[in-house]
Amino acid sequence: MTALPTHTEKKLGLVIDLDTCVGCQACVTACKGWNDQGQGLSDQNPYGADPSGAFLNRVHTYQVQPEEGSAQIIAFPRSCLHCEDAPCVPVCPTGASYKRVEDGIVLVNEDACIGCGLCAWACPYGAREMDQAAGVMKKCTLCVDRIYNENLPEEDREPACVRTCPTSARHFGDFADPDSKVSKLVAERGGYDLMPDLKTKPTNKYLPPRKKDRPQEASLLAPLLDIKATGFAGWLDKVLGKI
Amino acid sequence: MNAPVLNTSPPVSDEIRKTTCYMCACRCGINVHLRSGKVSYIEGNRDHPVNKGVLCAKGASGIMQVTAPSRLQHPLKRVGPRGSGAFEEISWDEALALAVSWMKPLRETAPEKLAFFTGRDQSQSFTGWWAQAFGTPNYAAHGGFCSVNMAAGGIYTIGGSFWEFGQPDWERTKLFVMFGVAEDHDSNPIKIGLGKLKGRGARVIGVNPIRTGYNAVADDWYGITPGTDGLLILSLIHCLLQAGKVDLEYLARWTNASLLVNETEGPEKGLILKNAESQPFVIDRRTGAPAPWDGKGVQPDLGAVWQGHRTVFQHMAERYLSDDYAPEAVADRCGIPAARIRGLAAELADVAFNQAIEIKQPWTDFRGDHHDSMPGRPVSFHAMRGISAHSNGFQTARALHLLQIILGTVETPGGYRMKPPYPKPVEAHPTPHFVTAPGKALSGPHLGYVRGPEQLALKEDGSPARIDKAFTWENPFSAHGLMHMLIPNAHAGDPYRIDTLFLYMANMAWNSSMNTTKVMEMLTDKGPDGEYIIPRIIYSDAYASEMVAYADLILPDTTYLERHDCISLLDRPISEPDAAGDSIRWPVSEADRNVRPFQSVLLDLGARLGLPPMVNADGSPKFKDYADYIQNHIRRPGVGPLIGFRGTDGTKEGRGEANPNQLAAYIENGGFYQAHVPEEALFYKPWNMAYQNWAVATSFYESPQPYLFSIWSEPMRKFQLAAEGHGNIQPPDHLRDRLKQAMDPLPVWYPPFGDLEAKGWGYPVHALTQRPMDMYHSWGSQNAWLRQIRGQNFLYIPTKIWEAEGFNDGDYARVISPNGGITVPVAHMAALNENTVWTWNAIGKRKGAWALDEGAAEANQGFLLNHLISELLPEKGDGLRYSNSDPVTGQAAWFDLRVRIENVGPKAHASPDFEPIPRVVPQGSLRAEKDKA
Amino acid sequence: MHPAASVIAFTVLSGMGFGLLAFLGLGLPAPEGWMAFFHWGLGYALAVGGLSASTLHLGNPQRALKAFSQWQTSWLSREAWAAVATLLVFAPMALSDIFGLGLPRLIGQLGAVLAVLTVFTTSMIYAQLKTVPRWNTPITQGLFFSFMLAGGSILSGNGKIALIGCALTAAALLAAFAIGDKAFGKAAQTIGTATGLNRIGAVKVFEQPHTSPNYLMREMIHIVARKHADKLRLIALGFSCVLPFLLLLLPASPALYAVTATIHVIGALTARWLFFAEAEHVVGLYYGQR
Ligand SMILES: Nc1nc2c(c(=O)[nH]1)N[C@H]1C(S)=C(S)[C@@H](COP(=O)(O)OP(=O)(O)OC[C@H]3O[C@@H](n4cnc5c(=O)[nH]c(N)nc54)[C@H](O)[C@@H]3O)O[C@H]1N2
Ligand SMILES: Nc1nc2c(c(=O)[nH]1)N[C@H]1C(S)=C(S)[C@@H](COP(=O)(O)OP(=O)(O)OC[C@H]3O[C@@H](n4cnc5c(=O)[nH]c(N)nc54)[C@H](O)[C@@H]3O)O[C@H]1N2
Ligand code: SF4
Ligand code: SF4
Ligand code: SF4
Ligand code: SF4
Ligand code: SF4
Ligand SMILES: [Mo]
Repeated sequence: MTALPTHTEKKLGLVIDLDTCVGCQACVTACKGWNDQGQGLSDQNPYGADPSGAFLNRVHTYQVQPEEGSAQIIAFPRSCLHCEDAPCVPVCPTGASYKRVEDGIVLVNEDACIGCGLCAWACPYGAREMDQAAGVMKKCTLCVDRIYNENLPEEDREPACVRTCPTSARHFGDFADPDSKVSKLVAERGGYDLMPDLKTKPTNKYLPPRKKDRPQEASLLAPLLDIKATGFAGWLDKVLGKI
Repeated sequence: MNAPVLNTSPPVSDEIRKTTCYMCACRCGINVHLRSGKVSYIEGNRDHPVNKGVLCAKGASGIMQVTAPSRLQHPLKRVGPRGSGAFEEISWDEALALAVSWMKPLRETAPEKLAFFTGRDQSQSFTGWWAQAFGTPNYAAHGGFCSVNMAAGGIYTIGGSFWEFGQPDWERTKLFVMFGVAEDHDSNPIKIGLGKLKGRGARVIGVNPIRTGYNAVADDWYGITPGTDGLLILSLIHCLLQAGKVDLEYLARWTNASLLVNETEGPEKGLILKNAESQPFVIDRRTGAPAPWDGKGVQPDLGAVWQGHRTVFQHMAERYLSDDYAPEAVADRCGIPAARIRGLAAELADVAFNQAIEIKQPWTDFRGDHHDSMPGRPVSFHAMRGISAHSNGFQTARALHLLQIILGTVETPGGYRMKPPYPKPVEAHPTPHFVTAPGKALSGPHLGYVRGPEQLALKEDGSPARIDKAFTWENPFSAHGLMHMLIPNAHAGDPYRIDTLFLYMANMAWNSSMNTTKVMEMLTDKGPDGEYIIPRIIYSDAYASEMVAYADLILPDTTYLERHDCISLLDRPISEPDAAGDSIRWPVSEADRNVRPFQSVLLDLGARLGLPPMVNADGSPKFKDYADYIQNHIRRPGVGPLIGFRGTDGTKEGRGEANPNQLAAYIENGGFYQAHVPEEALFYKPWNMAYQNWAVATSFYESPQPYLFSIWSEPMRKFQLAAEGHGNIQPPDHLRDRLKQAMDPLPVWYPPFGDLEAKGWGYPVHALTQRPMDMYHSWGSQNAWLRQIRGQNFLYIPTKIWEAEGFNDGDYARVISPNGGITVPVAHMAALNENTVWTWNAIGKRKGAWALDEGAAEANQGFLLNHLISELLPEKGDGLRYSNSDPVTGQAAWFDLRVRIENVGPKAHASPDFEPIPRVVPQGSLRAEKDKA
Repeated sequence: MHPAASVIAFTVLSGMGFGLLAFLGLGLPAPEGWMAFFHWGLGYALAVGGLSASTLHLGNPQRALKAFSQWQTSWLSREAWAAVATLLVFAPMALSDIFGLGLPRLIGQLGAVLAVLTVFTTSMIYAQLKTVPRWNTPITQGLFFSFMLAGGSILSGNGKIALIGCALTAAALLAAFAIGDKAFGKAAQTIGTATGLNRIGAVKVFEQPHTSPNYLMREMIHIVARKHADKLRLIALGFSCVLPFLLLLLPASPALYAVTATIHVIGALTARWLFFAEAEHVVGLYYGQR
């Protein structure tokens, strides 16, 4: 089972819009909340000096200095990219780690996982976290227990992180369908892969921040007249003459 | 090679209960999932008007809040010295009897000796009503140290404000400019709105010394020097006026720009000129003669001069056309190049005037004039504490509203829209009530909007009637009180001593006080007689906060999933521009501790005290509990806390008799109710008769209240006149100059008071705090998920200072203000105003609080800036120390703080490093509670 | 990477164990009776001990059998098979040596091939990881093989071969240091490519996603330990290769071999500790730490 499927029927995944993400961390706790009840995501020492727990989605913040202009701050959510050539899958000795043929979702079968950690080593993106209490590997499931869940209303059959994102910076869909919202967004906004050289072919795409800041330009606002010369009365005349 | 059989349709929960979030004040709708009767998952309610299904980081981790080990377990009575943590568990009957034994004598002799202040209170119309019934003038919520400048600046200028009372027309705006916003109360709505703008590629601009969060996604960033926004805005106004890019039609019709300013020397000078009927009037362009301001068909002339009196428009234009406001003149002080200021003005003008929009919707204004459509200028603004938490914040807020007005973007499509019950002019608000009499209720609400010196809350001898000195010459428009002055004044016995401090939901011994160290001393300080200077402190909290240790009697509250609450239109409702809305909380989960909802406890106390509105004729309690009150309390005939499902059959909206099934109807409806604004009434609300009539029908006021925006503020001018010596109510001499400057009827800018003292004394750096989106003040740290995200804060240092001081990662800085010093960990940030440092607010915790381990990062490396901020300004030679507040509203000037920074190298923990506070609940265990279940 | 004691012990001990077994399998030497029992016993003890140490770092060791299932794709699974096969194939040879059964050496030779294969599979677990550029080179296989050769030959008393083994190990270590130090740079992954933000400008971390540490950081980022890397490299080289080499030049004696083996083990453990501690996982890029 650790062989990667040569082809998947769908390529489900996320588009994350870095132009829009404000770094609010909502997707982080929504993910934790949903998956904690589903699969259990333990926390160690939650009220202690060194709390630590499993999270399937974490939001980094970077500072980027362009060649010109002021530095920028960019929030950067990071979860499993459901890679087409997922290196985390073939390394798994137990077959617990697998990629679904139906939709390309990369999952861990927790009942089979021995917690060797090798898949986490193989993943370049830090998308796998060992649950210290359960001793098995946890990762983003693309909310496979939501997106097809018949107990949920149709509109809620999307990942918990997407549903909660207040800015709509996260989009979910099928990249195999060129007409899907996610495919179009990627095409329009230049969605890109993380570390493409590693040839993992991530399904998830990131939309780059739009170009920021304007150069210091001379104003397009021409004064009505030279107030110094004509005085306030002249100005008033000119302004009110416009009505 | 078979994938395991996967159940992709697992059952989600047994039951969903819809209520309202309270991880912050945004009041989002939540679906609380229960499994076997226990809360298992919380998600946003898609139908809810506030959040439309989304939740923030806090809301989505609410489950960790209701299982937090820090929850208080039972009423506590102090048995050892204050602050020693020696408490004894008592029954509710004992607790209530004790409280009554303290309060009753006060009510019968001197009700003002009870000071009742509430912090993050979402039931202010109820707590205020209680305090009014008790008869003390000393009531306020936290607004005075929060953002009253924003609220009052808005009300006095446009009859509405940003905050959560108005919002950009997210659907139509093309250019959105934010001043000093990190998170705001409107957390999710702003994020949803930004998402909409981003989705359609509209332009977003952030004006903020710090480029994080909303400012980080903004398309352009103006890294302004703190405290100078007023100057920047007035300079933008200068540019727009100079180029004639102002909406004259809008100014003439909807603002007092066309009214005349009295130029006659004397007590009326600078007031709006009135006719024989005491009505303001305009000069009609068609006739050149005076005409009623609200006359049908009248075309007010902005350029009129009548008997030597000129229009407000001319006064305004003359002032801001002055070279003092030229971009070149303000650039250095604002830290923004002149070309960038002109560029911004051009951008505003371009969108407002070249990209104007129109909604084809006929409507009729208050003059009776008919309009075929609703033109709009799709530029919108939003601002929050970045401009309001400065000592020039009120005037800066006014300046920003003026900018909106001259662009014609308030209440027009694509601009800024008010949420019902706003718009509501100053005149439609109450004035403050403060006169006490033993055993009697106050004659009206405590808080209100002052129109002139005669409404100040002064006793006959001219001394302040209120313990916080609200509504005095020091801060005449203190519409939300001054909670930050409560403890210092009570401690100083200035203006008088009080007996019992009754606090609710405010962590005054820690993050919500200025000068935290001193405040802790004040709370434990004893007089020569060996008695505490503040003799008694009753406190209601739900958690083991820092404040708990300083109380004599603890009334433990429920958590937000365990009680009824009412988010009322009488208070801070959940309205949208398109609909008035209110909502409730209800016990979706049962409290498993000996705690009681505070509001029900207040009603019980009121009944035990025999407060008339809380007892029946036979002396029995009138309300069983808060739920009973919410349904059955009648404020004005037909008007109660909730507008929905009124009338005995639940069919009435806004007005109607009490409905015994109202709460059930709310619950059925998802916990909220919306009254939709009619199509014709959606814009131009202050002047739109369809809106005015709807507002009356929906109970916001008793008769239509159309009004003109106040570019020229007459109430302010009245105070200036008094300061100039006119009138028989006179300010003390030492305040005259300050009043003359601060109460300018046109928006002005003056340097923040903090700057004046900082200059000479060598505090070159501005120090700010920001709200983290994933924490709510002090109370997020008890949340096992959130504290992993942000369990520690750093002081962020701009490149210039980082390099000058030779900082490296891991270093600590000594940060010194006129009020003291702290030693804190630093981190570098380039996207930051070069003279500003900052940190996240309220991450630092006291050891032993919140059921955390004493080694917790929050209590060791985490820190507060509050130690550096004084509630009083340094003495300036006149022997007096003014409060560190805006001179108009009393708003706490948190962001005036100036410091200097020294590198002290690597350290292990921050200082001051206080002794642990004794625990009132055991430390949280190694596993989160829910894991054990 | 976090230098977990269990994994260090596993790779070092099993490597030496399989090395020793390989020599025994080849009949170099071919002890008999009790001597055979001790030799084979030591080989088995090291190999099996190492293998069981490796299960210590498993979250669910009781399911370890499942690790045999994915031999088609997983090097870890292949290693499990190879190790078991090796141990099984050696068993009759060992019994034959101990009890003088006289089974053909071919079995032992086959075992030796399998032992090499086992160590190769172990090395592939690391060498396959593109995420850890320092490991993702043939030097990794070289390292594991040379350590197997050196350790096995010392333990089996094959002085001459041990000299070669030590020399090879030294060469492999030096090459690993030299190539490894450049590997991350050569892989050309930076915080900029990790985030894709290099398209805007120079990227650095502003805030970590969590202020509390997490599994990923503990497992993949190991900065503190690298401070003493230079000293440790000398110790690794000196103890695993140079000193044993010099000692092996002295007249041979069982005691000398025991001392040499001990010194070598210390060196090998140090080298393996460095192998992990110095290895930088690309995920560290996200944290601005490697
Ligand atoms: N340096 C600096 N300091 C600041 C600010 C700043 O910008 N910078 N901002 C200021 C502002 S604007 C504000 S509003 C204040 C906020 O400061 P506070 O109003 O003190 O806010 P919290 O820290 O949230 O504390 C509220 C208290 O309510 C308790 N509580 C929580 N839930 C419940 C409940 O359900 N029932 C009851 N009874 N109690 C509950 C909490 O345990 C906590 O003790 O901080 C101010 N302090
Ligand atoms: N997540 C979360 N949400 C909250 C709260 C919370 O604790 N957590 N608290 C709630 C409360 S009580 C309040 S009052 C609101 C406050 O909501 P905000 O006003 O958004 O909150 P602050 O964090 O005080 O942010 C002030 C912003 O002003 C900027 N600033 C400071 N000085 C200046 C200046 O002179 N000019 C300009 N242009 N900008 C300046 C700061 O950099 C910062 O970005 O948030 C509410 N919402
Ligand atoms: S919820 Fe959305 S905006 Fe918030 S951090 Fe996640 S992706 Fe960014
Ligand atoms: S992101 Fe990591 S865990 Fe997810 S599929 Fe790719 S390699 Fe595997
Ligand atoms: S940790 Fe579990 S899923 Fe990952 S490689 Fe090991 S067995 Fe497979
Ligand atoms: S898709 Fe589901 S599991 Fe994956 S990050 Fe989002 S919420 Fe978490
Ligand atoms: S913004 Fe977040 S914490 Fe505040 S009410 Fe909404 S979901 Fe709750
Ligand atoms: Mo606030």
